[in-house]
Amino acid sequence: MAYTDLQSLLREMLVIREFEETADKLTLRGKVPGGMHNSSGQEAVAVGVMSALAADDVIATTHRSHHHTLAKGFTPNEIMAELFTKATGVSKGRGASMHLGDFKRGHFGGNGIVGAGVGIAMGAAMGIHQRGDKNVSVGFVGDGGLNTGRTWESLNMAVIYKLPFILVVDNNQYAVETFVGRVTGGNDPAKRASGFGLPSFNIDGNDVLEVQKYTAEARERAVAGEGPTFINALTYRYNGHNVGERGQYRTQEEIADWREHKDPIDRFTAYLLSTGDMSQADLDSMKASVHAEIEAAVAFAESSPEPDLSTLTDGVDSGLLGAK
Amino acid sequence: MSTTTDTPTRVSHPSYSEAFQQGVREEMTTNPDIFILGTDLVERGGHFAQVKGIAQEFGESRVKDSPISEAAMVAAGLGAAMYGLHPIIDLNFIDFSFGAMDEIINQAAKIRFMFGQPVPLVIRATSGVALGGAHHTNALEAFFASTPGLSLAIPSCANDVKGLIKTALRVPDPVIFLMHKKLSGVRSEITTGHQPIPFGKANSVRPGKDAAIITWSYTLFTALKAADELAKEGIEVEVIDLRTLWPLDEDAVDAAIKKYGRVVIADEAPKFGSLTAEIAASATERCNSDLKGPIVRVGGVRAPISANPRHSDAAIPTVAGMIEAVHKVMKY
Ligand SMILES: Cc1ncc(C[n+]2csc(CCOP(=O)(O)OP(=O)(O)O)c2C)c(N)n1
Ligand SMILES: [Mg+2]
Repeated sequence: MAYTDLQSLLREMLVIREFEETADKLTLRGKVPGGMHNSSGQEAVAVGVMSALAADDVIATTHRSHHHTLAKGFTPNEIMAELFTKATGVSKGRGASMHLGDFKRGHFGGNGIVGAGVGIAMGAAMGIHQRGDKNVSVGFVGDGGLNTGRTWESLNMAVIYKLPFILVVDNNQYAVETFVGRVTGGNDPAKRASGFGLPSFNIDGNDVLEVQKYTAEARERAVAGEGPTFINALTYRYNGHNVGERGQYRTQEEIADWREHKDPIDRFTAYLLSTGDMSQADLDSMKASVHAEIEAAVAFAESSPEPDLSTLTDGVDSGLLGAK
Repeated sequence: MSTTTDTPTRVSHPSYSEAFQQGVREEMTTNPDIFILGTDLVERGGHFAQVKGIAQEFGESRVKDSPISEAAMVAAGLGAAMYGLHPIIDLNFIDFSFGAMDEIINQAAKIRFMFGQPVPLVIRATSGVALGGAHHTNALEAFFASTPGLSLAIPSCANDVKGLIKTALRVPDPVIFLMHKKLSGVRSEITTGHQPIPFGKANSVRPGKDAAIITWSYTLFTALKAADELAKEGIEVEVIDLRTLWPLDEDAVDAAIKKYGRVVIADEAPKFGSLTAEIAASATERCNSDLKGPIVRVGGVRAPISANPRHSDAAIPTVAGMIEAVHKVMKY
């Protein structure tokens, strides 16, 4: 994904939304083994961050990472095929929804372990630092991951070694069915982080330009050798933690309020129409092309082969130590 | 149970998860020191509904929603246990125990030996191979069972879940309690009522004449299917469920060897390093002369578990693999 202009930001958010809503339905129809974590509502966090990064910047992310992965420039085809656990998927069908990644393209993986992506991204930042390279590494974590020790151990290291690292909290306010305020002492992530001695911000994660701006500034500091930044981007997840889940832990009114009044795509669409950066005709054709792209991804995933059973134990280690 | 109408009462058996609720409820009623700490327990009742309704019944002081802080969760249970309570720490998936391994292995397992202080602590988690990919399908049984100071229950059915959790909540020791993902919703009869089931007592689930398959948890059902198929060929295989892996019912293993001389031990953990190896090796040391040939082991492949269903199924014992193993011991 090349973020060449403002319209390209909107288009990518539309790709993510349509991808997620389509994949959600396919999951309910049994096409996605093991289910999936839908990121609808959180598009601006992903697109805002990625649009401020360079192609060779590194990310490492969470169990909810379709949006990060698409926004990083991966195609709907390879992600949809991965959800179907097909051989043409980005992780060759071994990962499904939770384990998307391709290291050559700076994506150090989704993760089944809450908080693990933070440490991995911090380590990549250490690699960048050792080499003296001029790129940065971004670790994503959810609000739930704010309460696991590994998140803070890693952040502390990034601070003391002045690593080119950005910690982004994709804060959708719930960890499965648990509201962030119930389990997060202080419930002010930036304040908590600032105690570690780094620039720390609570920002509007549903404003794609705000996310982009804070990420760009963090990146500049990181590349200038000034060390890490903590960004807590407040957003909202529209669907259940896993596909098909509903639960009683939040009201339908709350969900409707976010969807109707705070939606990141609606807000940015209105903005682009009002500034004249986009016409209604542009929007219509954008939506049509996004729709076609996602339809094609489904067709690609459907028609792709399963990974061959003969590959079951391939690549467990390099084999160089003599294991047969 | 009696009914005043003429229509027969349809008794619906509890699911594996509901049996956990039952056992825990019964023990919580009589022991005020029991409390449960884990993620998403209060509203949701746990990821597998294993504690559904308990917070509503006993209050949130006894069922606590935790942040995602595994090390602190186990530490909380550990410290409270040493203080005299009997916590159940619900780690959701056993894979998340890695984040609390110091608290489990270096602390909980060793306190009694080092200080003489009891640690009445249950660590419950869901385990086993199912869909979900490499980070949700680790097999840790051998590690826990081989750690001095820990006991390990790994029930296969509702009855054993209930009876074993009741025992776990009555002993002053740390117990790892593993429940298989694929069994969560499986209903079966509670045959032992309110009775606790002792650890270290295997259960013969199917009688045999020719050979025995010794196994536990989900693999039991693969073994039973294989036994059905083998019966069609005239081979009658006893199927034995160990139910706990420490303490281990060595008497049941030895009895099977003495009776048949032909034994298969099966589990879904990667075969290299699986507890099947320990059980087979120690049984061979004890009863070599009673064996007609080597114990044959069936296990998982040496690879992380793929998210692809055909691959994850192929990574663990299959009915065909189990039949092949029995054929092998029948040739002795
Ligand atoms: C170490 C660890 N503990 C628990 C889990 C189970 N789990 C998976 S996702 C999740 C909630 C995560 O919430 P959050 O970090 O807010 O991310 P979100 O799902 O909202 O994107 C939990 C508890 C896990 N995967 N890893
Ligand atoms: Mg969240």
